[in-house]
Amino acid sequence: MYLYDEFDRTLLTERVDEFRGQVARRLSGELTEDEFKSLRLMNGVYLQLHAYMLRIAIPYGTLSSQQLRQLALVARRYDRGYGHFTTRQNIQFNWIKLAQLPDAMADLAAVGLHGMQTSGNCVRNITTDQWAGVAPDEIDDPRVWAELIRQHVTLHPEFSFLPRKFKIAVGASDHDRAALRIHDLALRMHTNGAGERGFEVMVGGGLGRTPFIAKTIKEFLPQRDVLSYIEAVLRLYNQYGRRDNIYKARIKILVHDKGAEQFGKEVEAEWQSIKDGRLALDQAVVDEIATRFQYPEYVQLSNDPPELKKALSDGRFAVWHANSVRPHKQPGYAIVTLSLKPVGKPTGDCTADQMDKIAEIADRFSFSEIRVGHEQNLVLPQVAQRDLPEVFKALDAIEVATPNVNHISDIIACPGLDYCSLANARAIPVAQEISKRFADFKISENLGRLHVNISGCINACGHHHVGHIGILGVEKNGEEFYQITIGGRADEKAELGTLIGPAVPYDEVADVVEDLAEAYLDLRERPNELFIETFKRVGVEPFKERVYATR
Amino acid sequence: MPLVRGGRIVADNFTRIEDGAPIPNEGAVLVPAARFLADANELLQRQAPVGVIWPNDKNVSELAPYLDKLALIALVFPVYKDGRAYSQARLLRERHNYRGELRATGQVLRDQFVFLLRAGFDAFDVVKEADALAFEETAKRYSVFFQPTGDGRMTVARSRLKLHGHPTPATTRVNA
Repeated sequence: MYLYDEFDRTLLTERVDEFRGQVARRLSGELTEDEFKSLRLMNGVYLQLHAYMLRIAIPYGTLSSQQLRQLALVARRYDRGYGHFTTRQNIQFNWIKLAQLPDAMADLAAVGLHGMQTSGNCVRNITTDQWAGVAPDEIDDPRVWAELIRQHVTLHPEFSFLPRKFKIAVGASDHDRAALRIHDLALRMHTNGAGERGFEVMVGGGLGRTPFIAKTIKEFLPQRDVLSYIEAVLRLYNQYGRRDNIYKARIKILVHDKGAEQFGKEVEAEWQSIKDGRLALDQAVVDEIATRFQYPEYVQLSNDPPELKKALSDGRFAVWHANSVRPHKQPGYAIVTLSLKPVGKPTGDCTADQMDKIAEIADRFSFSEIRVGHEQNLVLPQVAQRDLPEVFKALDAIEVATPNVNHISDIIACPGLDYCSLANARAIPVAQEISKRFADFKISENLGRLHVNISGCINACGHHHVGHIGILGVEKNGEEFYQITIGGRADEKAELGTLIGPAVPYDEVADVVEDLAEAYLDLRERPNELFIETFKRVGVEPFKERVYATR
Repeated sequence: MPLVRGGRIVADNFTRIEDGAPIPNEGAVLVPAARFLADANELLQRQAPVGVIWPNDKNVSELAPYLDKLALIALVFPVYKDGRAYSQARLLRERHNYRGELRATGQVLRDQFVFLLRAGFDAFDVVKEADALAFEETAKRYSVFFQPTGDGRMTVARSRLKLHGHPTPATTRVNA
């Protein structure tokens, strides 16, 4: 956990006071809706189809049990008893009333939570690996850097009115669990030839109407220069990013128009003039942040304790264990993923009762800590392996132990036309139908890792371009149609998906996904060749033939 | 449109010169950028102060030769969510060491005051009377600042080090 101090608390109190004043000015008519819009957006407040929506930042996806309980309280007191976890490791409440928003924010501020910069044309919540600090393959805890950057960009006087939103992610493992290359700016920690740690800097990734995979503009940025380099990128973007067309305003367009190499040169020039100034990081400042990350008092345990071995003879436990439990860097511990994708239910939703229970389970078994992943699942990052049987029972009882993590039914979906005023088509019911078709875990297990991503419009909040199977809702003559792509991926080998052919109507989407799954089973060379690997080997044609042969 | 300078509403002593209009010999004038650049050296020889209105898509380094003689630079917010002038302001203050008046003009609302002050602005053409009256109170709203800018405010990182001394990071994060 990261420990907030007086400075963080003071800022949140000042922020809530300011927002209370802004809401009062809006309610009295002193502010027009247009003037209020940018202000509310900077506090995470959207106007949706039916009501205001409040999006709360969960920095680098780390939550304490106390914070999760407070989210449950907010869900009950101001909303309809549930919240929705997003692909940016945030949580959204969909039914909040404007007049109550300042009170909800004050309740959140009491536990260090807020909606600052979860929307608007500013630097958004910094995301990272949901396994940060516990993953066996990481070089260092990327959250220290995410927190440093978070602080630096919070209410930044120069960069709070950018051309468009700006998303930053930080990773520190070989395996990318943070979808780095679909970010406006991403940092990947690595070690150079001299054994020093630094960052590869990537810019200009992003999905939406014009998807791009981020390009590397600096292979090795020393740690001390992280803030000055980001400042240089943001300064160029703030001045030269397009503001005449909202769809061309993201930094990816600027990078694309100039060319990554030229953009990198311009960043370099700006950076050279500020790198040795006030933004050069003092090691003491980095250390200060690092010391406020609290790590559990692990006890010395060994792997595969007898309690676990015994429980593995139980079929249901064994299936869940194989699917949802992963190795931890500390022997005797495990990382446990909680599926928020129960068959036939909305993806990423969590009820207040579930939140309370998960907080309780985290207190008992995971050093009071919970993580949120960009796949819209939760994680208990540090569970003793001997406790796994009990943890499974507790999670199963509240329906967050569906053994479909990374399976075809572990779908990432945006809220779609059920909530969102931008959407052209529904996303949630499509996901529900697909998860029903693949409800048999033997079938989904056999299909292996297979990511399905659904967006209800071109803005791509469901990251459809990088789904192994990507589904995009479009509107044709007043009806919902869906374009299907395959072969996208958001990991260290990030790629955009390939369109398989003409869009299909709402009723046929799940059939197409079944066709693709069957085609894959026929095409794969061996049982452990993943869908994405088969696609890479055989290309789109055989899949296309299967899907359109009978259509 | 009230002008706030030094935290108070004051009368604007500068006369805005429209494009093509004659420039009087007497009195402080605020001149459009193109006009200023066409005649910069001559204008700056006037006895009375000269200021320039600088659009937000023009590189401020073009002003570098004139900065020590300019009394006022007015940077423009065509709409308040267009934030280009924040970068221009910081570059003028922090890179080019401009010390004259730096005025925010255009759609300037109270919710920008703290950002504007931190970026180096010291005068504000405020759209609404109520916002201008609320200037002092709004400017004091925040006491916590994370970024070092040219405004000299103490950053949180520095305050923490002052408060707690230099920390010793844990050599190991696993308590065996």
